[in-house]
Amino acid sequence: MQIASMHFKERAHANMANAELQRNLQKIKGKFVAKRRASLAELDDFEATRETGRAIRQRALDDLDVWLEIFERNATARGATVLWAETPAEINAHVLDIARRHGARKIIKSKSMVSEESELDRAIEAAGLTVIETDLGEYILQINDYEPPSHIIGPALHKSKEEVADLFAKAHATPRKTEINELCLEARGVLRQHYLTSEMGISGGNFFVAETGSVVVVTNEGNATLTTTLPRVHVAISGIEKIVPTLEDVATLMRLLPRSATGQSISNYVDILTGVKGEGEFHGAEHMYFILVDAGRSAVLGGELREALRCIRCGACMNHCPVYQNIGGHSYGWVYPGPIGSILTPSYIGIENALDLPQAATLCNQCGVVCPVKIPLPDLLRKLREQEFELRLRPWTERFGLRAWSWLAARPGLYAMATRIGARVLSWMGGNEKLLHKLPLAGGWTDGRDMPAPEGRTFRSLYAGKVPK
Amino acid sequence: MRVGLFVTCLVDLMRPSIGFATVRLLEAGGAEVYVPPMQTCCGQPGYNSGDRAGARTLAAKVVAEFEGCDYLVSPSGSCSGMIKTHYADLFRDDPELLERAGALAAKTHELTDFLEDVLKLDTLPGSLAATVTYHDSCAGLREMGVKRQPRALLSRVRGLKLVEMTECETCCGFGGTFAVKFGEISTRLADNKCQHIAASGADAVVLGDLGCMLNIEGRLRRRGDMKTRVLHVAEVLAGEQS
Repeated sequence: MQIASMHFKERAHANMANAELQRNLQKIKGKFVAKRRASLAELDDFEATRETGRAIRQRALDDLDVWLEIFERNATARGATVLWAETPAEINAHVLDIARRHGARKIIKSKSMVSEESELDRAIEAAGLTVIETDLGEYILQINDYEPPSHIIGPALHKSKEEVADLFAKAHATPRKTEINELCLEARGVLRQHYLTSEMGISGGNFFVAETGSVVVVTNEGNATLTTTLPRVHVAISGIEKIVPTLEDVATLMRLLPRSATGQSISNYVDILTGVKGEGEFHGAEHMYFILVDAGRSAVLGGELREALRCIRCGACMNHCPVYQNIGGHSYGWVYPGPIGSILTPSYIGIENALDLPQAATLCNQCGVVCPVKIPLPDLLRKLREQEFELRLRPWTERFGLRAWSWLAARPGLYAMATRIGARVLSWMGGNEKLLHKLPLAGGWTDGRDMPAPEGRTFRSLYAGKVPK
Repeated sequence: MRVGLFVTCLVDLMRPSIGFATVRLLEAGGAEVYVPPMQTCCGQPGYNSGDRAGARTLAAKVVAEFEGCDYLVSPSGSCSGMIKTHYADLFRDDPELLERAGALAAKTHELTDFLEDVLKLDTLPGSLAATVTYHDSCAGLREMGVKRQPRALLSRVRGLKLVEMTECETCCGFGGTFAVKFGEISTRLADNKCQHIAASGADAVVLGDLGCMLNIEGRLRRRGDMKTRVLHVAEVLAGEQS
């Protein structure tokens, strides 16, 4: 996906001014939050399950190389081929190579955020092949000239029913429908033809199971079931960090994932795909490939942000983020928006290409408390801020300001004098209204808010006058 | 019981009356209040903006100033949260300071938590004939576990009626330097908060952190609301200075 993370502020500005988008964001916000809360009440002990989920994911990451080898051995033993992609470009090369080998001209695809990292669809089309997205959200974006997704589990959540109705009428050359049911049926009618005529199916992977060599794919539309079993060839693409040791681990994580994501106790479909279609078996692909993607992940694993790799892509952090709720996913400018995106994006595409993202959070920790695998998101954002500060990637005024503050605050006598003067001057500037409408160097504050003026004297000076010496 | 009052840099500079209200409340609960005279800042601005070295210097200063007290109490969820939950990270490479910071963290409390759960202050000096709504500050709520305590205390203030607003736990958009760096987003969040306050029908919003206070009051006034009062919980509980 094209990187636009450097334009975060402009994009956020535009999205906050977009009335249609704001309406759509407001509508989905409440649903996600309320549904998750209600579904967690079904668990005996959410915090205990969450701790188990954290431990499962951390165990996998602690010995990732070993679990990956076990996965490769077990998947290979069941007739699948395991391929490795060190870079996003290698994902595309593998896919085109597989398509060529099996003479596939038309490729059907269920949702894969990792494939967005490499702009796989564009690469497939550039090679003269056809690709059809089957996740309804992804399909909507595809027929809108590959509009970028705005959310990791609901890529087209930013669109209203009316916008989708317009798109369908145009792309399908059919009379405009307005009921959601009609729109879904129309999409199904179009997509069914493609499932039956595609030679190859591409899916993402929510989990790779080491002990069985399986891939687990979680959907609500059932499109992944058809994508992975109807065509002769199935290719599952996901990050190397998506390994879990056992199927039992998957069972635990599945108690957390749909609840945290959509507030469902279980998603409508959970496909566990293991090996190629055997002799006399009816279901499954004849050829099965796994593309396990690094693309920056192993570097994260060895660094101070490693806990971010526990992520199971539920989207709860963005659904609960007050910043995301107001600016929408497109503002973040790459594949993964919201708090987790503000950690993964600088890690995968370079911190110099996403300078604003780690800063664009109030560190309110709403993300941290809802994360089902206990990723300390604010702490990781703070580590990225430290990197930016140390690498001198912040404006000199900001670095100077912070250094000056800590220098002054470490000198209490001087500090007392400076604050006494500051309180006096600002209080005087506030006048009878006791409000400052403008502040030098703080236009960010006073453009949209007043600054209440200080009372005029500092607590330290007043208290010193009261306490008998 | 010797209670060290960490007054916070914002109260010191902007609202000394909140500092005095805090002293009155602690004394009403029977505490001997000690105010380290050279105190300045807990180090949070630097810590949250990537200046680890600057934050460490100030954190070490706070540890030295308060470790002799039985408790550290602060009229701020944000600053007490910094001391209680983040100093350990700042001193992760320094075993001696790590241990001292850990000991201080164990006796660090946000004001309402201390009044309600440690001092068990039953009778409150303050009275306020008004309908108020409480804004949960992020650090108070999610770092210090402050939720029930201020509400319990407010319920015992004579004349006061507490109503809840929607999204009382949602960030007001302050976020320290975020409020200046991303002023437009910060203002939007503050504006949402103002709408919830207005919809609650309260005469005043009560809160426990100066950052939220300046942000919410600043936005209310810019919106043209000169009437809704923004009060620190300490002021309400302690009442007007006589």
